[in-house]
Amino acid sequence: MKDNTIAAISTAQGQGGIGIIRISGEKAIEIADRVFVPLNKKPLSSLFGYQASYGKAVREGEVLDEVVAILYRNPKSYTGEDVVELCCHGGLYVTRSVLRAVLENGATLAEPGEFTKRAFLNGKMDLSEAQAVMDIISAKSKQAARAAVSVRTGALTKKTDAIKDNLVSLAGHLCAWADYPEEDIPEVTSKAIEDTLNKAKADFSELIKDYERGQVILHGIDTVIAGRPNVGKSTLMNLLSGFEKSIVTEIPGTTRDVVEETVIVGNVTLNLCDTAGIRETDNIVEKIGVDRTFERLSSCSLVLSVFDSSEELSQEDITLIENLSDVPAIAIVNKTDLKRKIDIDYIKKRIPCVIEISAKSGDGKEALEEAVANVTGTKDFDPCSGILTTERQRAAAQKALSALEEAQNTLFEGFSFDAVTVCVEDAIDKLLELTGENVSDAVVDDVFHSFCVGK
Amino acid sequence: MTTYQAGKFDVAVIGAGHAGIEAALACARLGCKTAIFTINMDAVGNCPCNPSIGGTAKGHLVREIDALGGEMGKTADECFLQMRMLNRGKGPAVHSLRAQIDRLKYASVMKHKLELQENLELRQAEIVDVKRTENSEYPWQITTQMGAEFLLKKLIIATGTYLGGRIYVGEVSYEGGPDGTFAATRLGTSLRDLGLPLRRFKTGTPARVLRSSIDFSELQEQAGDEPPEAFSFMTEDMGENSVVCHISWTNENTKNIILENIHRSPLYGGMIEGIGPRYCPSLEDKIMRFPDKERHQLFIEPCGLNTEEMYLQGMSSSLPEEVQLKFYHTIKGLENAVVMRPAYAIEYDCVDPLTMSATLEFKDFPGLYGAGQFNGSSGYEEAAAQGLVAGVNAALSVLGKEPMILERSSSYIGTLIDDLITKGANEPYRMMTSRSEYRLILRQDNADKRLTPIGREIGLVTDERWESFLRKQQQIEEELQRINSTTLSPSDELNAILVSRETSAVVSGVSLADLLRRPQISYKDLESVDVNRPDLARSVFEQAEIEIKYAGYIKKQLDRVEQVQRMQEKELPADFDYKEISGLRLEAQEKLNKIKPRNIAQASRISGVSPADISVLVIWLSGRKRKGGEQ
Repeated sequence: MKDNTIAAISTAQGQGGIGIIRISGEKAIEIADRVFVPLNKKPLSSLFGYQASYGKAVREGEVLDEVVAILYRNPKSYTGEDVVELCCHGGLYVTRSVLRAVLENGATLAEPGEFTKRAFLNGKMDLSEAQAVMDIISAKSKQAARAAVSVRTGALTKKTDAIKDNLVSLAGHLCAWADYPEEDIPEVTSKAIEDTLNKAKADFSELIKDYERGQVILHGIDTVIAGRPNVGKSTLMNLLSGFEKSIVTEIPGTTRDVVEETVIVGNVTLNLCDTAGIRETDNIVEKIGVDRTFERLSSCSLVLSVFDSSEELSQEDITLIENLSDVPAIAIVNKTDLKRKIDIDYIKKRIPCVIEISAKSGDGKEALEEAVANVTGTKDFDPCSGILTTERQRAAAQKALSALEEAQNTLFEGFSFDAVTVCVEDAIDKLLELTGENVSDAVVDDVFHSFCVGK
Repeated sequence: MTTYQAGKFDVAVIGAGHAGIEAALACARLGCKTAIFTINMDAVGNCPCNPSIGGTAKGHLVREIDALGGEMGKTADECFLQMRMLNRGKGPAVHSLRAQIDRLKYASVMKHKLELQENLELRQAEIVDVKRTENSEYPWQITTQMGAEFLLKKLIIATGTYLGGRIYVGEVSYEGGPDGTFAATRLGTSLRDLGLPLRRFKTGTPARVLRSSIDFSELQEQAGDEPPEAFSFMTEDMGENSVVCHISWTNENTKNIILENIHRSPLYGGMIEGIGPRYCPSLEDKIMRFPDKERHQLFIEPCGLNTEEMYLQGMSSSLPEEVQLKFYHTIKGLENAVVMRPAYAIEYDCVDPLTMSATLEFKDFPGLYGAGQFNGSSGYEEAAAQGLVAGVNAALSVLGKEPMILERSSSYIGTLIDDLITKGANEPYRMMTSRSEYRLILRQDNADKRLTPIGREIGLVTDERWESFLRKQQQIEEELQRINSTTLSPSDELNAILVSRETSAVVSGVSLADLLRRPQISYKDLESVDVNRPDLARSVFEQAEIEIKYAGYIKKQLDRVEQVQRMQEKELPADFDYKEISGLRLEAQEKLNKIKPRNIAQASRISGVSPADISVLVIWLSGRKRKGGEQ
């Protein structure tokens, strides 16, 4: 029970300044070393307790964020086990990505109150605190149970039930066929197993993909508004926000800091960062703002690049366009209410998605909504159709998917169906983590429901 | 009633069916002075339903009973008429041995074994009263219908379908046990007065028909395996199969007759309140539940060599006799069948197994044990398995030794008992391979490896069995080593074999183990190229082959066992009121109080106990321990 290594985001989940991922257990350091690349190249395993290291968190070779890792060696930690805390800068999306990398490298997601529970079990708390810990766990689980009930009745349950029904009926068929060899049960064919596995795999992959898209919808996508000074970024932002947030003036360079705002465009939530205008400048304060803007461009998930339709493309505009080659971006050609001077074809060649609006009058807002939906992949996505909403659900779906892949390999290599059955049940097991049912009961029920067997 | 003191026993067993027999033999063999009571001396070891032992998952149970030193496997070997290994080709986890047996011979062989057993008295008597005494050494007393009172240290109830038995054939219904015996009518009242939670279950059996009245000419024949394999790890010479079975089918007419008369079924007419097993449906059940199915299969099985009775497997029914005759006569081959005994349903009293612990002792009644159908199971093999466990534990307790608790990961027996005492039984419980999450390691072929050391420790494994076991294990070990260290060079002969099995040829030396890991290649296939192969029994090389071929899957299951093991080590008290732990949800408190799990692993299998409840339990347990340490 306390033998696996657990991890979770241990800061309040919201728009906090930093997010901490805590990893605790025997393999905490080993796992952290697989995710964290230190600048000084010294792995965490070579450090003493209470030492910190600066570096980057990576997932599948991709840098997620700059991170400070703090190492606690057992028993001198909160839980009494080896603990690594990864402190990220990013918002929720980044923090979650880092957590996912940690989970993919061998940690399991902590249960509610599990860090505290381990702290107690390892003697880090005195006896009188035990009751408090139990209360926390039971309160959290009641909360979770309520949440689970609302999930159960929802569209997600319909989806997972459909997948489950397919797999259970396959497992039921395999079991009936094994447990009742002399009844006239239709032969299970490799083809039938393969078809069911493929279908279930596709369904799980879709769920996992939808999870990402669901996250975009639920938690918002980090979006930067960029452009040279006075092209109308702040006006655009205000248009989107529905009220004035940034300081809007006629003097170029007023917006010097990153202003965060959450807005809803169509059905997508954007966490907007208005940036300082991009221009060559000697003003120190303004230069910091400009540098930060470029930094933001490479780490955000969507860029709304704004251009002034009434002016020709400047060197700053071109620099911006060049910086957007690897980022999902929408080019917004603003001020269409004025006479057009801009070379719009130049932009269209480099940024696939170009729309024209007048932020001031609000013209083109619908085009913007459509563009956002297209670029974020949420166009045909119906959030009411049932999506995985928590990392725990996603992890269960991912494990089920792996079990299905193993079942497929087992089948492909030509192993007997008893081994395939075990893998299929493993997949159901993972899926049922979402609903709390028991696999063998579900399968046995199906055998008697679907087949006329028995002497 | 005038009573008299009739004597004292260490253990008494009520019922001499498959559960009672294993229980009594185990107690007597472990040195306890034992009595076994049967309501009818000619019904000892009776098989009132199908004349067969084993089958899917049940075959596993028989092998496990044998590996522990029980009797069922040996007797089935002595009385078999036909042996078949079911599910060959579906993978080693689901291979299951089944014997058609001579049921009269089986009963008489078993009865004789009881009669010859040292420390054991076999008596015909109906037990009418069970009560507790003030005597701390002999806390139980039973009374026979003749008024004989026996004082007991332990009592095992294995009443099968006799307890409160009631027979149903259409509108006809009467008190009775199986096969025309009397039911035990007064014992149920006594057990209810004692406070045991009894409920009604139902089962049934098809008709027996006269062999010479069946036309076999157009029926499909089913023969046994050659050579027949034995259940018992100790049986050396099996002899030959002596009978064949036949297969036929119901048809549209059968269905029509049943549908026309369904209102006369006691089940559909509402006369039977007992819950019947889904896996042992009557023909009318099958037709009502699966109306689209055009035909249902039946097997015609001989009941023995010295009888002309034939059993119609699949055709159980509780319709009136006249309707039975009509529908049996619609079936090909049975057009003129003479029914010697009609099909009937039987309803009986059994107990809620959630009130028992893993030793099959009642939690609230120390010294009182239950086994078999009385515990809510179904089937001879399930009964025998529980009888053995209850008997062993009663005896160990008399001897002042630690109990024998078989974990789920050790055996189908352990799985069966854990399911009964943790999940309960809402219908008669039948063993199935799908019930075990450890299927790939709990195989019928390695039951001895899993359980014989346990049987040896308890004292049921004889020196002869133990030596033969050790020899076999050593041979397996040596063969595994040889396979792992042998390399075959790429020859035309080897490649011809590989290609003929549709797997790729080799260009360089390849280890024997690597070849065996290919699912397409069997140990037998490589006989001609594996020149240093020793001459080994099938039971030996089969083990080596499975261990190598399924190594990856076996490893996965072993890892799972290890995880559960850690939770098993966290033991829970037997005498604690879970209402005192406020962090637990109400449902969890109630379930835990009812089931009183032995450890965290068992607690986590209780439906209604959530992972959060388990967390709370772990913390509470650790706090309790620390408190104990501080004091």
